[in-house]
Amino acid sequence: MTTLDKDYLSYPQRSYGMDHDRYEWSMLTDRKKISWPNGKKIALWVNVNLQFFPLNQKGIPFKAPGGMTKPYPDLRHFSLRDYGNRVGIYRFFKAFDTYNIRPTFAVNTRLAERIPYLTSVLKERGDEIICHGYHMDALHYGGLDIKKENEQVKRSLDRLRKLTEQEIKGWVSPAKSESENTPDLLAAHGITYFCDWVNDEMPYDFNVKNGKLTAMPLSTELEDFFIILNNLHTAGDWADQVEDAFHFLLEETKTQGGRILSLNIHPWVLGQPHRIKYLERVLDFLTGHHEVWSASASDILNFWKSQQD
Amino acid sequence: MKEDPGYYDYWPYENRPKIAWPNGARVAFWVAPNIEFYELNPPDNPFRKPWPQPSPALPGYTSRDWGNRVGHTRQMELLDKYSIKGSISLSTALCKHHPEIIELCKERDWEFFSHGIYNTRYTYGMTEEQERDMIKDSMETIYKHTGQKCAGYLAPALSHSENTLDLFAEVGTALFGQDGGFYSCDLFHDDQPTPINLRSGKRFVSIPYSLEMNDTIAYLVQKMTPRGYGQELKENFDRLYIEGQESGTVMCIPTHNYQVSNAHRIKAYEEALEYITGHTDVWVTTGKEIASYFLENYYDNTLVDVAAKKNTL
Repeated sequence: MTTLDKDYLSYPQRSYGMDHDRYEWSMLTDRKKISWPNGKKIALWVNVNLQFFPLNQKGIPFKAPGGMTKPYPDLRHFSLRDYGNRVGIYRFFKAFDTYNIRPTFAVNTRLAERIPYLTSVLKERGDEIICHGYHMDALHYGGLDIKKENEQVKRSLDRLRKLTEQEIKGWVSPAKSESENTPDLLAAHGITYFCDWVNDEMPYDFNVKNGKLTAMPLSTELEDFFIILNNLHTAGDWADQVEDAFHFLLEETKTQGGRILSLNIHPWVLGQPHRIKYLERVLDFLTGHHEVWSASASDILNFWKSQQD
Repeated sequence: MKEDPGYYDYWPYENRPKIAWPNGARVAFWVAPNIEFYELNPPDNPFRKPWPQPSPALPGYTSRDWGNRVGHTRQMELLDKYSIKGSISLSTALCKHHPEIIELCKERDWEFFSHGIYNTRYTYGMTEEQERDMIKDSMETIYKHTGQKCAGYLAPALSHSENTLDLFAEVGTALFGQDGGFYSCDLFHDDQPTPINLRSGKRFVSIPYSLEMNDTIAYLVQKMTPRGYGQELKENFDRLYIEGQESGTVMCIPTHNYQVSNAHRIKAYEEALEYITGHTDVWVTTGKEIASYFLENYYDNTLVDVAAKKNTL
C-alpha cells in the first residue's frame, strides 16, 4: 500500500492569518463602513462577459467552463456561444438602456479583434471595458511559464487598449483561473484591480511585487452560467436568488454600511429569448429600489478607495 | 479490506425501545457548522486530489476563504437569533489562522469537535501511527485553545481508514478519560443514535449527522435551489417530528459558511430554522449533549435490544 511521507503531517503555514502572503486576513464585519454616493446602500455592479471560445480549443490545462465539450468540430457549442455576441448582447443593450443600468463589459481581446462592429458599439456607448484575457482558451494557470504569461498579458492589454481607446484598468481572467504570477504581471502592465478572487464581498488590498493592486470580488455563486447551466436551475430560479440576495444585503447595510451586489452575466446565457425577460425582471426589481446605485466597476472601486483613509 | 466495517449490527427501525428526550421532546435538533481551512498549496495525496485545477486553484480556495471572511458571522447571527448553539466541526488549524472566529464561538459556549487539522489533509494513506498523531494533535489543539475536551469526530473531508473510529476513541480516553472521544458523526445509517462496537470496548455512540441535509451535498452535489433546500429541511423535520412521538429522533443540519451563508441562500435557511424551532417538542441542543444523554439513559438498553434481535434472526 502507498504510504505518505512524514511531511504530510507537517504544517509549515499553521500560524496567524492566511497560508500565503497575498493579502491580510480580515473579517467583513471588521471593515470600515462605506457610504455610497447620495446615501445609496447597494452598489449594483453588472459585469457582462463578451467571450470568444475558439473552435480549435486546446484545453490546457483544462477546458474553460462553457468551452467545447464534443470532438472537433464542436459546432453546437461554438455557435451557441457565438449567439451571445450576435444576438443576445443586443437584447442586453436594450435592457440596460430601459432600466438605466451602467454595465461594465469584460471583453476577450480576441473578440474585440474579430468583431470590429461590436467593439465600435461598445466604444460609442462609453461604458467601462475591462480585459477578460485573450480568449477563453488562453488560460492563466499554475505552472505556466512566466515569460509566456507576460507576453499573453501584454498582448491582451496592448491590443484591447488600442482597439477600444480606453485605459483598461480592470481584469478578469478566463475561467477566473490564475498562475502564481498573474497578479504581479497584471500590476506590471497597468491593471489596478482584478476580479478573480471571490473570497469577499468588498474590495481589498492585494499584495504584488511592484505597484498596487486591488481585489474586486465578482461573485461566481450568483452568476447566470453557474446557476442556470452548472446548477441547472431555471432562469426564474436565478431571478429569485438575485432578489433574495438583494433583500439580505439591504438588511445587512442597516448595521454594516454599503454593500456591493455583483451580477456576472453572459449574453449567450441570459440573452436567449426565453431567458431575457428574467434579466429584465431583475433589473426592474433592483432599479425599483431607491437604495440602489448602478455604477461601473471603476466608479464603485474609486468611491470605496476614497473612504479608506 | 472488509465487506462491512463491523461497527454495528442490523437493528430494524420498528419496535425499538422508546427514547424520550428531555422535557418530552420528540426531536433532538442540532446544527453543525463546519468551520474549515482549506490550503492553497496542500501536499499531494496519492488517493485524492485536493483541487481540480493546478495550484493556485482559485475557484475552490477563494470560495472557502469567503466562508471565513464573510459567511461565518452571517450564520452565527442567525443561530443567535434562534437560540441555537452551534456544534462546530473544526479544522483545528483554524485556531491559529483565525483565532477571532474561535473567540466568537467560545463567547457563545458553542461546542467544538474535531474535523482534523486541515480539510485538505486526507486520512487516505496514513499509517495507524500517523492517523493517531493527527487525531491527537487536533484534540489537543481544541483543548489548548478552547478548554474543551473534544467529544466528537468527523474525519477531515470525510476521509477514513479502517482504524479511524477506534483511534479517535482511544486518543480521547488517553487524553481525557471517559470525557473525551465518545461520539462519531461519520456514519449515516440511522435517524437515532447507535452504540458502536470498538476494539477497546469503550462506550461510544454514533450520532445522526445527515449527509442528506448537508448544505454542501445539497448545493454542490445535488445542485438544489436555495428555496428547494429550505423546503427539504422542513420536510425532513416534519417526518422526524411525527415519528418522534413514538420514539425520539435526531435531526442535524450540517452546514458550511461558504455555502449556506451566501446572500441568495441564507433566507431559505433562516425560514427552515424558524419553522423547526417554532415547534414545541423540539430539544435544540448540541452533538455532545445528545451523545451524553443517550449514553447515560439508553445505551445499555439499546445494547440489550440489539443483541436480543440479533439472536432471533
